[in-house]
Amino acid sequence: MIKKEMIAMLLAGGQGSRLGVLTSKVAKPAVAFGGKYRIIDFPLSNCINSGVDTVGVLTQYQPLRLNAHIGIGIPWDLDRNIGGVTVLPPYEKSGNSEWYTGTANAIYQNLDYMEAYNPEYVLILSGDHIYKMDYEVMLDFHKSNNADVTIATMPVPYEEASRFGIMLTDDENRIVDFQEKPEHPKGNLASMGIYIFSWKVLKEALIKKSDQSNCDFGKHIIPYCHSQGNRLFAYEYNGYWKDVGTLSSYWEANMELINIIPIFNLYEEFWRIYTKSDALPPQYISEYARVDRSIIGEGSDIYGEVYNSVIGVGVTIGEGAVIRDSIIMKDTKIGNGSHIDRAIIAENVQIGENVEIGFGDEVPNKLDSKIYNGGLATIGEYSVIPSNVKIGKNTAISGITNTGDYPNGVLGSGEYIIKAGDVE
Amino acid sequence: MRAIGIILAGGNNNKMKELSNKRAISAMPIAGSYRSIDFSLSNMSNSHIQKVAVLTQYNALSLNEHLSSSKWWDFGRKQGGLYVFTPSITADNGFWYQGTADAIYQNISFLKNSHEPYVVIASGDGIYKLDYNKVLEYHIEKKADITVVYKEFPEGADVSRFGCIKMNEDSRITEFEEKPLVATSNTVSTGIYVIRRRLLIELIEKCESEDRYDIVNDILVRYKNIKRIYGYKLPTYWSNIATVESYFKTNMDFLKPSVRDYFFKQYPDVYSKVDDLPPAKYNPGSAVKNSLVSSGCIINGVVENSVLFKKAYIGNNCTIKNSIILNNVYIGDNTYIENCIVESHDTIRANTTHVGSNGEIKIVLERNERFNL
Repeated sequence: MIKKEMIAMLLAGGQGSRLGVLTSKVAKPAVAFGGKYRIIDFPLSNCINSGVDTVGVLTQYQPLRLNAHIGIGIPWDLDRNIGGVTVLPPYEKSGNSEWYTGTANAIYQNLDYMEAYNPEYVLILSGDHIYKMDYEVMLDFHKSNNADVTIATMPVPYEEASRFGIMLTDDENRIVDFQEKPEHPKGNLASMGIYIFSWKVLKEALIKKSDQSNCDFGKHIIPYCHSQGNRLFAYEYNGYWKDVGTLSSYWEANMELINIIPIFNLYEEFWRIYTKSDALPPQYISEYARVDRSIIGEGSDIYGEVYNSVIGVGVTIGEGAVIRDSIIMKDTKIGNGSHIDRAIIAENVQIGENVEIGFGDEVPNKLDSKIYNGGLATIGEYSVIPSNVKIGKNTAISGITNTGDYPNGVLGSGEYIIKAGDVE
Repeated sequence: MRAIGIILAGGNNNKMKELSNKRAISAMPIAGSYRSIDFSLSNMSNSHIQKVAVLTQYNALSLNEHLSSSKWWDFGRKQGGLYVFTPSITADNGFWYQGTADAIYQNISFLKNSHEPYVVIASGDGIYKLDYNKVLEYHIEKKADITVVYKEFPEGADVSRFGCIKMNEDSRITEFEEKPLVATSNTVSTGIYVIRRRLLIELIEKCESEDRYDIVNDILVRYKNIKRIYGYKLPTYWSNIATVESYFKTNMDFLKPSVRDYFFKQYPDVYSKVDDLPPAKYNPGSAVKNSLVSSGCIINGVVENSVLFKKAYIGNNCTIKNSIILNNVYIGDNTYIENCIVESHDTIRANTTHVGSNGEIKIVLERNERFNL
């Protein structure tokens, strides 16, 4: 009989709407990160590096890119005879069929998948964080405490604690109370959204709470387990962990990679991060190019100047173009003479010649100033920007635009052009 | 495809000097991200040849490592796939491969057990793109017994290390001279052949019974008057890397836009084993011009007109000019390198200078202790 000590369930169905046009066509875990990776590569690589070889990936929002990326799991060595990676979308049932309505509900709908592997422990992960973590160490902690539930936590500054679920623990790390996004936090140990459950406890809780609408781990399952007197422990993690849920934090996390010795180091032999990559040629830096303090992916051709930027694979930067403090993703083309400052430009974008992005003063975005801020210009995938236009700060562009969309050739700060995709 | 493939990858050549000490020529790194055999293998895959044998002999460690999984070239198939044949001692034979024909003879069951009517034979040291189907069509149209793919060199080029051919007006080969002292033609064989499988078995068995072991001398040269041997012209880029000079030049060719465009941008692609390496990193102080840079590189110095293979570390205040830095090389601070090939896994101490000349490329072999960062 199949027996896996611990299997992982990776929640990858969320839209990540705070990433704006970046996630209008792709789920957040499939958004590119750090030149050649996608966000989901980090938890998937953590799994295989931790010896977890059975991973169910729960998808729902725009799963195409995610499915194509994961495939049968070859890049992560997750193509296994028994176990490996399985993509788990919502499915129709003979009774009441429903979408995944909450994190715990999604797991509940896949009880059969977990049952098939007869696990002792189930690891719950989310697909939107950048970190390296050995889940086996966390499992050892779980076992040595004889815990029913272990929640990975990390200390955060008190002023930020109200954004998180806060765990209050006793001397032995046992959780005595918790606060979900508290106004007045009593502690600063924030939940990272990573849980290890003993399988019997998880199964019982999911079944008991199956009628709960929008059933969520933080809001429903953890409080339920606590009320049942289960042994809940907080595992304190002190390494690098970054939530890339907003455009600013996404931009910052990328920029941290270009430091001389980055806090989050992709160049270490130990704990490699794997990703699906094609066999691509090396990058070419031309006679007149200038590259400083940047990382650049395979197959890119650089004819212009690149400073403080993260450039993906297969990107072309034209002659005389100047890129500063920007993220440019896979297969995007920047025309000759364009100047780009503090921009996030998604995959397969075409930018014409002599375009200026990021000029002028900061003005709050008119579409949603909570999403588009920090002075960043954000351009969604497959967008086209015509030659000779100027685009300001805190702007958003998505779709194929032409000169007519830019009055007098200018899109001022705080403006937006959305011509394709879903926008909230 | 109606053919199976054989790639001859066993060779070594003293013209490669120290570079071939640690690997077969077919495993030589090319153009930053590839190894020489990737080109023939990708051609096989892109020509829809589903079953390919790679015959190896000389120092096959790097090559075997590179071929450890056939999935990169799409040969991870249930039907067909990639076969790697190294010499083995059997009840009938206790020798190494004594030549190209002998290498095939010792694995003749591969030919006998196949059912495809044709065989494409290629070597692992050619850098080119070719749809073998076109050669096969030509072969059938000419009713040829053997078709040899040839390349025309410019007048006056040194072709003394190749097999030189002459053809009549119908492209039938009338003269074939292997490694001529004085070349009478500038048309050379690329070592790519198409032949009927049954004819190949027959010729190889005949050779073996006469204690002859070489495809070129004992089949092509010997049979050129009684078998219909035709030449097929390869009009596009082709380079054989089996000398230090040509290896260096071939890599440098990839700095030309036309060569990069042909191999990197035009369909079909060249495949290679994928390493999980991070993007190349340019730290303050780096100044890279007209160079190819591969993934996993970290650059702190000046790099001009050079090819950096995977995982090269260039220290502060270094200058690398007109050079090739092979895989996983660490170059300490304040180092000056010009007209060199730096062997893979080298660790070069800080404050050193290595200079070759344009005519005589220096091969740098420095196995110093490396402190892992």
